Amino acid sequence: MKREIASPPIQDEKLMTSFGLQRRNMLKFFGASAAVVALGTACNKNDTVVPATDTGVYLGTGDFQILNFAYALEQLEAAFYIQVVSATNFGTLFTADEQLYLSDIRDHEKAHREYFKAALGSNAIAGLTPDFSSIDFTTRAGVLTQAKAFEDTGVSAYNGAGRYIANVNYLLAAGKIVSVEARHAALIRDLISNGTFADNLDANAKDIEKTPSAVVDIANVYLAANSKISKRDLPA
Amino acid sequence: MNLQNILSEIEKVDPEVYERLDTRRSAMKDFAGFSGKVALAALPLALGSMFKKAYGQTPTDVINTLQFALTLEYLEAAFYVGGVAGSGVQTTASAAALAALTKIRDHETTHVMYLKTVITALGSTPINSPVFDFTAGNGSNAGPFTGWNTNYDIFLAMAQTFEDTGVRAYKGSAGSLINNKDVLTAALNIHSVEARHASHLRQMRRARGVATGSPVYVGSIKPWIELNASNIGGAYAAAVAPNYAGEEITVQGGVDIVAVGGVSASAASACFDEPLTQAQVLAIVDPFIV
Repeated sequence: MKREIASPPIQDEKLMTSFGLQRRNMLKFFGASAAVVALGTACNKNDTVVPATDTGVYLGTGDFQILNFAYALEQLEAAFYIQVVSATNFGTLFTADEQLYLSDIRDHEKAHREYFKAALGSNAIAGLTPDFSSIDFTTRAGVLTQAKAFEDTGVSAYNGAGRYIANVNYLLAAGKIVSVEARHAALIRDLISNGTFADNLDANAKDIEKTPSAVVDIANVYLAANSKISKRDLPA
Repeated sequence: MNLQNILSEIEKVDPEVYERLDTRRSAMKDFAGFSGKVALAALPLALGSMFKKAYGQTPTDVINTLQFALTLEYLEAAFYVGGVAGSGVQTTASAAALAALTKIRDHETTHVMYLKTVITALGSTPINSPVFDFTAGNGSNAGPFTGWNTNYDIFLAMAQTFEDTGVRAYKGSAGSLINNKDVLTAALNIHSVEARHASHLRQMRRARGVATGSPVYVGSIKPWIELNASNIGGAYAAAVAPNYAGEEITVQGGVDIVAVGGVSASAASACFDEPLTQAQVLAIVDPFIV
């Protein structure tokens, strides 16, 4: 089931942050072509260079940007588990308990996806088209290895994005979801090798966050050419 | 009181402190101008207003939350140190289970050391560990969890409950850290580790419950919390009920998760973990503190 991607959503002017408005004015001032060269030196470290042809899916600015970032990740995770659970080999690759768990995770990710879609309303990015051609769905190890990557990345993505959320209610919502992703991550790790539920921590026994830009680089590996996420305006 | 030193200490933990205060120079100037007009006794007040400007809240909020988190980590660490060494775990746990519990114990003791370091770096003194009574008897050592370190099934049930509650506690406190981004990120990175622990302990309890048929196990436990089920039975169900109260909700920010997600109420509740306030958590752990 492929959904066509719409052009990047136009942000409601009144929802733009002051930073966003400044950026827009600056772009006008420099002119579109000069901006590519000029922005790199003229702006502070939070600015990113706008590619001359930026056709990726634009996430927006402010809290909507981070919510769309989460929405994009949940779309990927949901699509992945839907494909895993609906595959004809699902019943043979996995034990009864594992099937129960993976079906639950599919439902959780679907719910997360639809939550963000509903919460974002008209500010939501379009439905993304995944490209899972690099994933081996034919073996238990192939599926679980990818599931681990998605879940651990999800945890580090939410943990890394928390600092960019301004609204305390959105921060709480992200917190409600990230601990469930961590429960998933621990389970998947244990299914691969029991006891490895938290073997990816730092020296202080903490998870290791990833910046939104770093996560987008990972996510884009699993998105079709017309659904790649643009890093424009994303925090470095 | 040396303001320069205080700011230097904060800068170690929050490199952006001067940006929050506009610039180092204007921060010093503001402070100098202010302190010139006020009596020495008012200095702490002046410092407080400067922090208010930097963080939109006094550092007291951040320190208090860190001390609160430290209290919980003290509790978890002492619980695992005593429990893993206890006869319940030592005589009953499999090699894999013992390794997992030892790993979790070490994480919790590391969290204690880490939080103490952060609190010290922020210029405060970490609180000392309370004295604990893990039977939940307030010091009588005869509370409802008598046998916590001699009965493996009781120990596992408590471990699960402490981890699930720890997740709720960090979640409920994140908002109070929103203006100190580095401390917030650190807290989030601990929060998810508590969830990893909870997930594994729940798997351990599932395997153990099926194998033993012990009355401590109820229902079919999963790595996540469905509705407000603790999956803990017998005399312990009532004792842990407050730890799970509120987990059953299926509407998030006005969004009906069952309806939009097309999932069961169990899944809709499980896919969002719910917070507890610091007051709720302190009430829950009170019987464990002498």
